[in-house]
Amino acid sequence: MEKRTDKNSYTLLFAIAMSVIVGTVLAFTAQVLKSKIDENRRMEKQQNILYAMGVNENTGENDVVMIPTNKVSDAFKKYIVKQIVIQGDKITDNDKAYLIDLKTEQESAKKAGYQRRLPLFIGKKDGKTYYIVPVRGKGLWDAIWGYVALDNNMVVQGAFFDHKGETPGLGANITQRYFVDDFKGEHVLDKNGNFKGITVLKGNNDPLNKDKNDNEIDALAGATITSNGVTSMLKNELKLYEPYFKNLNKK
Amino acid sequence: MGLLTKKDIALIKDPLFDNNPITVQVLGICSALAITAKLEAAIVMAISVMFVLALGNVIISLMRNIIPSKIRIIVQLVVAAALVIIVDLVLKAYAYNLSKTLSVFVGLIITNCIIMGRFEAFALANTPWKSFLDGIGNAAGYGIILVIVAFFRELLGTGALFGHQVLGDPIKKTGLYALGYENNGFMLLAPMALIVLGIVIWVQRSKNPKLIEENK
Repeated sequence: MEKRTDKNSYTLLFAIAMSVIVGTVLAFTAQVLKSKIDENRRMEKQQNILYAMGVNENTGENDVVMIPTNKVSDAFKKYIVKQIVIQGDKITDNDKAYLIDLKTEQESAKKAGYQRRLPLFIGKKDGKTYYIVPVRGKGLWDAIWGYVALDNNMVVQGAFFDHKGETPGLGANITQRYFVDDFKGEHVLDKNGNFKGITVLKGNNDPLNKDKNDNEIDALAGATITSNGVTSMLKNELKLYEPYFKNLNKK
Repeated sequence: MGLLTKKDIALIKDPLFDNNPITVQVLGICSALAITAKLEAAIVMAISVMFVLALGNVIISLMRNIIPSKIRIIVQLVVAAALVIIVDLVLKAYAYNLSKTLSVFVGLIITNCIIMGRFEAFALANTPWKSFLDGIGNAAGYGIILVIVAFFRELLGTGALFGHQVLGDPIKKTGLYALGYENNGFMLLAPMALIVLGIVIWVQRSKNPKLIEENK
């Protein structure tokens, strides 16, 4: 005899009921937790921006410790004195600039007639001014992104990198101090003041990165594609800000 | 009678050694290769799989009499996927840093053959309590192998354990590196995980000849 659960009608009903129940449960969970998740993302952005300009709680030489979440909002208000959005020649103040999603901007910029919005955060710490540029690019498996703090001559003062899914132990090491700290003091412009970017490569005979004017950083072993991704991310994204820095120094 | 009968204990103990899901049943190899480059990632993965497998086993077992056999695989997949998504959302809301470490692995849990394998082979035919124990046991067996492989890969590949350099500093050449030792970057790539796994299987089988199949 055929079992009740073998009938086609039963199977169909079961499938429909299951989809509805599971769908409802998932949608409900997502909706309930959405505000909390958005809040976490927002705080993470603030933490990362502050990290790039040197506001962090690192103690050991390999630490990457962000400022704690309960202090981040106040610290962000204290250190980030101005947030601007550059769109072509137009520069507007916008204290929500850090929430601009680079991914959507990059996508929209491919369409004709769209002028990409470029957020820039200006921070002040111990009398020094930092211009923090958000960057985003492609690694080996997925997106990589970060924040680069520059001074008015486009010399790197600090950086922060993160990734979505680079290989653990290889490309994922772009978050590590021994990689990130190499960027400090590195020039983005060449000796004549033209834009050159920073190239991440192996075999430049400068593994400890003593030469800060060569526009080169020693790459990660075994992570060539991620390293190349960092190079092109910095070249493409920082280039967009070059006119801003040129204007800055004319004044 | 205690809480666990002898049979119950066997449900947990067997998958740890003689019926290990990775080395004997050869399930879950894909994720064992992908995430064993670091010890920390391996442990996080093992715990997440344990959660999903134990809970999923119970859910499937509760529904075992009403699941239509024609679409049972799809039902299993939906249960596993729904659990994983819920776990991911909860982590993102309440343990954001942990969820960042997990990010890539969440998807891998759904595709982990151990989950589907145990749903299909055990939970569909057993009571919820037994299925729960089976889930814990199999996930633990999976975790042990993951940790063993990750230990060797991280140690030999980067000279670190849990991200701490234990063999000295490879850039400043201190500790073992002063003697000319170098990290083997190849250990971090998937092929070496397969070789380490092969060695683990070899050791296990030479200790327990029962596991060796006869060649005909």
